[in-house]
Amino acid sequence: MRQAGLTAWKTVEWLLLAAVGLIFVFPFLWMFLTAFKTMPEVYQFPPTWWPESWQFQNFEIAWSSGPFLTYVWNSFLVAAGILVLQLLTGVPAAYAFARYRFRGREALFGLTLIALMIPAQVIFLPVYVEMSHWGLVNTLWALILPYGASAFGIFLLRQSFMQVPDEVIEAARLDNASEWKIMWTIMVPMAKPVLVTFGLFSFIYHWNDYFWPLIMTNSNEVRTLPIGISMLKAAEGGKLWNVIMAGNMILVLPILAIFFFAQRHIISAFVYQSK
Amino acid sequence: MAKVVLKQVTKEFNGQQVVKGLDLVIPDGSFTVLVGPSGCGKSTTLRMIAGLEQATGGEILIGEQPVNDLPPGKRDVAMVFQNYALYPTMSVYDNISYGLRNRGYSKKECQVLVEEIAEVVGLAPYLKRKPSQLSGGQRQRVALARAMVKKPQVFLMDEPLSNLDAKLRNQMRVELTSLHKQLGSTFIYVTHDQVEAMTMGDQIVVMNEGQIMQVAAPMDLYQEPDNLFVAQFIGSPAMNIVPAAEREDQVWGFRPEKALLRHAGVSSVGHADAMDMHGHIVSREILGSDTLYHVETDKGRVVVKTDTESLLDAGSAVHVTVPLSSIYVFDRATGKRIARAENGVRQQILAGGVV
Repeated sequence: MRQAGLTAWKTVEWLLLAAVGLIFVFPFLWMFLTAFKTMPEVYQFPPTWWPESWQFQNFEIAWSSGPFLTYVWNSFLVAAGILVLQLLTGVPAAYAFARYRFRGREALFGLTLIALMIPAQVIFLPVYVEMSHWGLVNTLWALILPYGASAFGIFLLRQSFMQVPDEVIEAARLDNASEWKIMWTIMVPMAKPVLVTFGLFSFIYHWNDYFWPLIMTNSNEVRTLPIGISMLKAAEGGKLWNVIMAGNMILVLPILAIFFFAQRHIISAFVYQSK
Repeated sequence: MAKVVLKQVTKEFNGQQVVKGLDLVIPDGSFTVLVGPSGCGKSTTLRMIAGLEQATGGEILIGEQPVNDLPPGKRDVAMVFQNYALYPTMSVYDNISYGLRNRGYSKKECQVLVEEIAEVVGLAPYLKRKPSQLSGGQRQRVALARAMVKKPQVFLMDEPLSNLDAKLRNQMRVELTSLHKQLGSTFIYVTHDQVEAMTMGDQIVVMNEGQIMQVAAPMDLYQEPDNLFVAQFIGSPAMNIVPAAEREDQVWGFRPEKALLRHAGVSSVGHADAMDMHGHIVSREILGSDTLYHVETDKGRVVVKTDTESLLDAGSAVHVTVPLSSIYVFDRATGKRIARAENGVRQQILAGGVV
């Protein structure tokens, strides 16, 4: 009796999870399928699930309709450049917030948290003016520098650094390690799951970012992939959905690949670990 | 190898003095144990020697060199922490070699030294493992190896055995003492456990409320305590304290094993040179070879330790007799030791047992 109830409950649980999963997966699936359809099939009603014939040339059309290699390379440079800068500024900042007592620490950390709550849309105008003063508009620097420090990253890393027992740091000091060395050889490896998770968040966010490159760039040499894909839409009058979806596939594929390999770290960053 | 000297060392936390003007000489090559109840400042003292805490006042010398302004890594000391404090992301090998690498040793030199030490502490098969894959005892050995490989002048140990189970603790106690003999370095060891202090140290520093109560060899500490605190802190069960006969400003103390327990029915031995108390046994603890009696007497509750040859039952009315030669006299106000009750003349008298 109890066994049967348990099984029934399990079934309900699975059905619910499957339903939620479907809600998340469906847009991806639709993008994937649409990317392989012909134009008439896209507009066909009722829609077909499976493409009647697989149109691989959609990808070719998307890829050749602009300097996509440049877009991909720019997107990568921007996302990676931002991540490197964010780690270079965030790790020492988080270490200081977590491990040092200094005057104004609380106030500075409060300021960092406030920065976390301000969206880019609020400050883009002054930042644009600043970038234009420096002559950086329409360069990759305008895409990288404003994101060089991440409040979210500092917050996340600080929490993780605070978990490190004092004695481990003291042992390293007795082992004649400099603060810099302690930070990079003791703290950072211990915060690896959090770092990987933050790295993914940051990379995905800036890889996909549309708003900032849109206002900071106006030539193909510095445009990123999301802009390139949106121009696909503009160029084709917003009609060729199959090509646009093929472009989107090109956009998300690297992210999905990274995500697939980093999954283990993401889970361990969010699940409580006991050692 | 070096001696460590503390001169009027003080430490304040938020305006509160936790270490109050310590003067202490830790001889070269000694095994010195700092012992005292929690909050007595023993760990803070050790951490000041290590350089992990800055002394508020006074001077600390290692060898002949003042080290107050030297960072921990430059003091030529090594420390073993209570919770081992191993680097969890590094292998055992990297844990041990980390300090050497930071001192500029080459990879080759490190390898030779690490392998040599690993052999000594029996870690050779585990060098590639992470600390999380080791048992408590093995982690303790890694912590020791990490300290030993640096060949420091002074070893500092902050309750290194208290995370181990009783059996392993006994074993490590013996190993640490023989290690000390083997290395000949200065060991400074902090513990709250007086058994550890008595068994391992050749010099014991008893601390209380940020001050040194007494510095002595283990048996001297036991037999000639300077004050009430040491008398009651060292020895288990603690020394009994009763009001002194006739003198209001003094108290008497005697060790539980120095008292003689007699049935109230047995006629008094009637010694003028012994203290006699009447009472009844409140409870009895049989420890195997010994028995502890808690006796409620006319002078307060006392503990008497006897062998287990003839047992008295709880509730029995008894006499407790203590030879004056075994009585310590303390000043009631200051707690300072004055002299023995009986002036030097030691009389042969029965002590320690049940009649």
